[in-house]
Amino acid sequence: MAIFSRGFTGRPREAQPDLPPGQFLTEDFPVLSAGPTPTIAEADWSFTIKTELGATHSWSWDELQALPFEDVHTDIHCVTRWSKLATNWRGVSMDTLFADVESSYDYVMVHSTGGYTTNLPLEDILDGQAWITTEFDGEPLEPDHGGPARMIVPHLYFWKSAKWVRGITMQRSDAPGFWEQNGYHTYGNPWREERYS
Amino acid sequence: MSPRDWLVGTVVSATQQTPNAKSIVLDVPGWHGSTAGQHVDVRLTAPDGYTAVRAYSLASTGPGQQVELAVDLIDDGEVSPYLVEELRAGDQLEFRGPLGRWFVWKPEQTAPVQLIAGGSGVVPLLAMIRAHTAAGSSVPMRLLYSVRSPSDRFFADELVAASGVDLTLVYTREVPDGWPMAPGRVTKELIASTTTPATANPAVFVCGPTGFVEAVASALVDLGHDPVSIKTERFGGS
Repeated sequence: MAIFSRGFTGRPREAQPDLPPGQFLTEDFPVLSAGPTPTIAEADWSFTIKTELGATHSWSWDELQALPFEDVHTDIHCVTRWSKLATNWRGVSMDTLFADVESSYDYVMVHSTGGYTTNLPLEDILDGQAWITTEFDGEPLEPDHGGPARMIVPHLYFWKSAKWVRGITMQRSDAPGFWEQNGYHTYGNPWREERYS
Repeated sequence: MSPRDWLVGTVVSATQQTPNAKSIVLDVPGWHGSTAGQHVDVRLTAPDGYTAVRAYSLASTGPGQQVELAVDLIDDGEVSPYLVEELRAGDQLEFRGPLGRWFVWKPEQTAPVQLIAGGSGVVPLLAMIRAHTAAGSSVPMRLLYSVRSPSDRFFADELVAASGVDLTLVYTREVPDGWPMAPGRVTKELIASTTTPATANPAVFVCGPTGFVEAVASALVDLGHDPVSIKTERFGGS
């Protein structure tokens, strides 16, 4: 039942094939976090993958640095409707981190310093779709954008790209994470506008 | 009725709050009320079917079919100029909600409440003050409110008159005549002297521009507040 807004014309517009429905372009890099920005020293940082068998796979900052890094050139889409095109990140592929992980579970919960969590299907973070990043635009990642290390999963809304990431726990079912328990969609595909639950 | 369904409200009134901002009251048949701190998506539709959607915090709370938004004009914005400069009583406006279940306060919460706002960030916090008043809550509630100048205060009369909340105003650029303080930013020292201390374990809500929220939240952590007790809502680019 769309109604027209008297006197509204909107911005001049041209086709934006890279922009998912309902999104607008921004040149800024807005910050959205549920609480304070934590300060995390590289020396104190680690990343751990835990499986249902109790196995853990951990990397310190220096161990992460020793892994192969990739340049990631991608568009990002926030559920608050801004999109930023052609951003540049540098990080380690989840494929590298999961190379020796054995699990029969199909889902993951990503954990961050400060208690933030977000849930994902395992298949959405493998095959070159997700990274642990430590650089944005050629500079170390700023704390308010998730530094020293942020997971990025750019094909989903950006709340799935957990700031201050510290670990992944394999889970049997797609149990919801932080925003997913607070009214947001469990999967978050921006091309299908999966914003709210 | 799901929060995902679009509703149509009729504008009852649009009131200038600051030189750049208006509050808008809508009558919305079928609205089931909201929890203090929640927001709505507002959708505008052009004659060719083009739509633009943005989120706005609700100043209203609780049951009833009247909804109040307050909107600050963003110079290069697409939706806020329409809402602030064009929309008038009798117009229809599409929106959906209420949305968000994190940055909310409910009267059954028993911890003291410290609210800290920068500029238009006061809007969802005003909803919390209204909810506190409506419930007759005895929970201590304080608001530290930072604005550029006296004319930039949202809901100035209501905030001054609110008996259930202890208000501290901070002016960053221009103070009223006879004000005892020089204009200045919210500092850690000011927070320490005018807000509920960490030892009282308050629930803290901070809302405002990104730089303001970053500075305030960091200062609160430095002052001993548990990071998990501090809920934040930021807006604007960095």
